[in-house]
Amino acid sequence: MSQTSTYTGFWKESPRSGILGWLLSTDHKRIGIMYLGCIVTMFLVAVCLGLAIRLELIAPGPTIMGPQTYNATFTVHGIIMIFLFIIPSIPAAFGNLIMPIQIGARDVSFPKLNLLSWYFYVIGAILALLAIFSGGGAPDTGWTFYVPFSTQTTTNVNLAAFAAFMLGFSSILTGINFVTTIHRLRAEGMGWGRLPLFVWTLYATAWIQVLATPMLGITLVLVILERTFGAGLFDAARGGDPILFQHLFWIYSHPAVYIMILPGMGVISEVIPTFARKPLFGYWAMALSSLAIAFAGSLVWAHHMYASGMSDFAVLVFSFLTFIVAIPSAIKIFNWISTLYKGSIQLAPPMLHSLAFIFNFAIGGLGGLALGAAAADIHLHDTTFVVGHFHYTMFGGTGFAFFAALHYWLPKFTGRMYQHKPALVAWALLFVGFNITYMSMQAVGIQGMPRRYYDYLPEFTTLNQVATFGSWILAVGLVMMFVNLFLGCRAGDPVGKNPWGAATLEWDIPSPPPMDNFGPKDPVVSKGPYDYKGVVADEY
Amino acid sequence: MSIEHRDDTGARFGMWLFLYTEVILFSGLFIIYAVSLTNYPAEFSQASNKLNVYFGGANTIVLLTSSLTIALAISAIQMGRKKQCLQLCWVTIALAIVFLINKYFEWSAEISHGIYPGSEHLAEMGAGITVFFNLYYFTAGLHGLHVLIGATLIAVVAVMTAKDKVTSDRYTLLENSALYWHLVDLVWIFLFPLYYLIL
Repeated sequence: MSQTSTYTGFWKESPRSGILGWLLSTDHKRIGIMYLGCIVTMFLVAVCLGLAIRLELIAPGPTIMGPQTYNATFTVHGIIMIFLFIIPSIPAAFGNLIMPIQIGARDVSFPKLNLLSWYFYVIGAILALLAIFSGGGAPDTGWTFYVPFSTQTTTNVNLAAFAAFMLGFSSILTGINFVTTIHRLRAEGMGWGRLPLFVWTLYATAWIQVLATPMLGITLVLVILERTFGAGLFDAARGGDPILFQHLFWIYSHPAVYIMILPGMGVISEVIPTFARKPLFGYWAMALSSLAIAFAGSLVWAHHMYASGMSDFAVLVFSFLTFIVAIPSAIKIFNWISTLYKGSIQLAPPMLHSLAFIFNFAIGGLGGLALGAAAADIHLHDTTFVVGHFHYTMFGGTGFAFFAALHYWLPKFTGRMYQHKPALVAWALLFVGFNITYMSMQAVGIQGMPRRYYDYLPEFTTLNQVATFGSWILAVGLVMMFVNLFLGCRAGDPVGKNPWGAATLEWDIPSPPPMDNFGPKDPVVSKGPYDYKGVVADEY
Repeated sequence: MSIEHRDDTGARFGMWLFLYTEVILFSGLFIIYAVSLTNYPAEFSQASNKLNVYFGGANTIVLLTSSLTIALAISAIQMGRKKQCLQLCWVTIALAIVFLINKYFEWSAEISHGIYPGSEHLAEMGAGITVFFNLYYFTAGLHGLHVLIGATLIAVVAVMTAKDKVTSDRYTLLENSALYWHLVDLVWIFLFPLYYLIL
């Protein structure tokens, strides 16, 4: 372990020492690190459940678990991945770590609220885990809690739904905090036209969190009330409307898809210019397309419900609106590629993950258009094609963006660099394993295999076995990546303040950042976030 | 190393964002109301006639008055009249309690008639009436919960005012609590006609 410097930045400077210095800290960096720890833990738990699902599907008929356990496994995999990993992953962890520094602030607008939202997250996580082991057993409804099954099953839906409610609250508070911070705390000279794209995407995300999440809250509360008091608001026999549940649920949960992907796009927009040594192509198109995705994405929820029962006219409208979302998304893809064009490209680990993001997200996005088209969707609805599609966007997209962010920003916060060679091998395993797993799922879905089924016809066996095999490669890649990052954080070579030669503000301050970010003098910003003139990368 | 900074505009801005989320929370119930009303217009009107408009009307007056008193409390603290501000805060809380007591009697009467979510009597009256009363109980219940939270908030701020933590040049906390209280009022302004009056 090379101890060349004793400087530890915000890791040791704190008014309180020891564990309380973390648990009661209102510092955005410490809260960000606490989020990161929880989120990575939850991710690993849900990965294990995902591997178990794949293992069960390696052959038709029962293999490693019974049908009830299988239902519970994919439900809990979904709940943890969605509410405890993807939604908070980049906004809550990296948003807290990076965003205030990138806009030249010393903290977020409401630091205490920030800590509170972390506690809500932890409470939500504990409740979600408790729901697995208590009451009538782990919930088996799928993460969507669709009625009427969710109001009739004897499993522990109440606690799981309440956990999701708490997590929603946490997400709302983070959203309020970020919108206010970005409006109020930008440093002198940090105009809207100089905000890094990561901040722009967090801004768009925060608005969705604020405007959409309460709808999930009220919907889940109604499910709980229905189960405890027999409210019947979603029960057709008592005047309720089960389809209405799906509408209310997706009014939140579709915009939530953009809560999941937008911050990932922000990360990619930071990484690509840095490693292409070129300013981002089309700054304003990129910034405004984030807002356009947030806006248009709020109007497309019913494309999840073509097969649920809607008028043909409604199907037409929602199908059309769904295609509209493809425009700003495509603007982003083309602008990243244009940024790469004639750039001086350096294939460092964050860059590789970003390129994988573009590849995977393009496949996932185009698959989304196939599903958004009403005619194709009737065939593909509730098949494993859908599962493959959203894993391409959520895992291949947001997941790889999260890995890119880990490789890009962890050296900043630990002050140490991981080994590059193992990082490259891990990336290759992840990329290959990922594509084998989910491409097979898409293919077997087109052949007609329904999603969430415990058993399947013998003709689907080969592709399912390929998918399960791919999931093992993926798992090996994950283990290798996390071990490498962990060792790098513990004992890697110390890095200077700007190992990548990036131009945003966080690279102007020491690694790890000091407690007050910028020292005694407030920063004054005089250049854009992708203005690389005179910026030199440190040797490490 | 002082990171402490004060941004009153930011605090109000954040509060307004939070109020947005509250509006959307209630809007879920309003959507269900709209859809159910379209499905069962006759039953809704029949059910609405069972509600006591005097209880509802009295509560409307109580809440509107409480909104006035909390607004006056802000004016009082702006002019540095701490004692008057405190009195107005306590009057607001008292009115909130009157509202809840009123609600208690109203609900007790209805429950004693066998009208409550999941009751057999309600089920006998048919789907449309059932969904009206279920919605009525949950919307008014969620609103009642907000009355409780708002009153608690104002009580906390009143105590802070008494301890001079809220003063004539630092009163954003009171302002934000008042904003919340106005929202509680506003939601009721929509609830009252929808459930008691227009049908």
